Amino acid sequence: MSTVNVDEKLGVNKFHVDEGNAHIVLKDGPDLAEYHKLFLACPAGLYKIDDSGVLRFDYAGCLECGTCRVLCGKTILDKWEFPNGGMGVEFRYG
Amino acid sequence: MNHYPLRWAGNTTRKIKQKGNITLSDFDAIIVGGGLAGLTTAYLLAKEGAEVLLIERGNFAGAKNMTGGRIYSHSLEKIIPDFAGEAPVERRITREKISLLTEDSGVTVDYASPGLAVQGQDSYSVLRADFDQWLAGKAEEAGAQMVTGIKVDDILLENGQVRGIIAGGDEMAADVTVLADGVNSLLAQKMGFREELPPNQVAVGVKEIIELPAAVIEDRFQCHGGEGTAWLFAGQPSGGKVGGGFLYTNKTSVSLGVVCTLSDLITGAATLPQLLENFKNHPSVAPLVTGGKMIEYSAHLVPEGGLTMLPQLFGAGVLVTGDAAGFCLNLGYMVRGMDLAIGSGECAARAIMAAKREGDFSAESLSRYKTALDESFIMAEMNLYKKFPHFMENTPRIFAGYPEMASDLMAQLFIVSGQQSQPLYKKAGSSMKTVGALNLILDALKGVRSL
Repeated sequence: MSTVNVDEKLGVNKFHVDEGNAHIVLKDGPDLAEYHKLFLACPAGLYKIDDSGVLRFDYAGCLECGTCRVLCGKTILDKWEFPNGGMGVEFRYG
Repeated sequence: MNHYPLRWAGNTTRKIKQKGNITLSDFDAIIVGGGLAGLTTAYLLAKEGAEVLLIERGNFAGAKNMTGGRIYSHSLEKIIPDFAGEAPVERRITREKISLLTEDSGVTVDYASPGLAVQGQDSYSVLRADFDQWLAGKAEEAGAQMVTGIKVDDILLENGQVRGIIAGGDEMAADVTVLADGVNSLLAQKMGFREELPPNQVAVGVKEIIELPAAVIEDRFQCHGGEGTAWLFAGQPSGGKVGGGFLYTNKTSVSLGVVCTLSDLITGAATLPQLLENFKNHPSVAPLVTGGKMIEYSAHLVPEGGLTMLPQLFGAGVLVTGDAAGFCLNLGYMVRGMDLAIGSGECAARAIMAAKREGDFSAESLSRYKTALDESFIMAEMNLYKKFPHFMENTPRIFAGYPEMASDLMAQLFIVSGQQSQPLYKKAGSSMKTVGALNLILDALKGVRSL
């Protein structure tokens, strides 16, 4: 099976990224078991674990589904809001 | 705090009130969210001459909305007869398919019938960016005011009565505020109308829209011009977890996706994007989308808990509709949300008009909304299928077990090796062995009873 490249898929989408104004904030030093849930469930693959085990998260590319808030809103997220009006993903098809 | 210029046509007879002076309302209703529930309420209220403001956080109605998906026409047909003649629907669905997939095989049921195409009981594949903008246009034409690109931050409360909304530091007052802000209704959570969504009652759907020429779609899916196929898949797409795959044909694209219940998805080995990639590469699926170009990648939560996850639906000066209220039915072979959203939007409009006539916006007066829902198809269906989400969650064999069993049985029927064949009852018996005949019977009984 070919390994998915989510970033490439997100690349076809239209985003208005609110630079410097994160609508999702991950806690510092998040619990790894909790983080792993988001690694599996985030449809945009934003909760990354690289080959050396380093965690990387970026809110740009967020599809605003709410999965991470439902799973970890009370554990490893400091904040989950909708992006400000007009910002974030803009579905051209939906 | 960011301040956004709030702009609208300015054709309202009432003035926007100063901050702090909220004894008189600026609007009969403020609707939060430009999805199908909110737009239906806005359209119907405006048609009745009410002053309505709809606020959408995206840059247009539909900008944040996503479906599998298809809409069953009945509830919108009642409100806008012959809507499919003017609305940007994709294809009328006249072929239904269900497949059980193992890693490399598939068993499919295929149903085509003129009964699927009868107006009022038919269904259409849709893409929400276009479809929602069309309904928004209808609402505006009827006199509703739309503000887009504005996020509602909070609810304006006065002595326990909802008085309107706060957006970007500005307050706007209304006799009734409608929370039509989708499955992630943070406002309903802030109001204490519901807790955070439980992971076993919501699924996440992820979808690729794959562009293909209309003629290719009609060949591959055996449909006439303008008609299309809806196709649901169990087994391999969700990696054997509670969930499934879907495929809907649009005019010049195919919507292909995977849906997984959150609590089960996190116990698996594969990431959700990888599950979709594996599904897309399945030997039964790959030929259907080969040569296509991916033009959008989207995701959304689906409220799947049914009746047990309904929040508080109304309060003093406030109603909750659509996905925000959890109005969705997933029966495995069928997923419904948009027709329920529209139905709930209609119930909300009726309750608001009745409350307006009496000038009474108390919780008791707005309980008419719940009465209207109870008398509509919405609560009838939610009640009928109330046990089904529990059945799906507790019958893992549907997702891992039965697809393999079906495939095994087919292999015994169709694969000829030259060895002496077994009688049919023995073939069936050996296929069922892994699952167990008793489990099979019990699951069938439980399943039938929950439908």
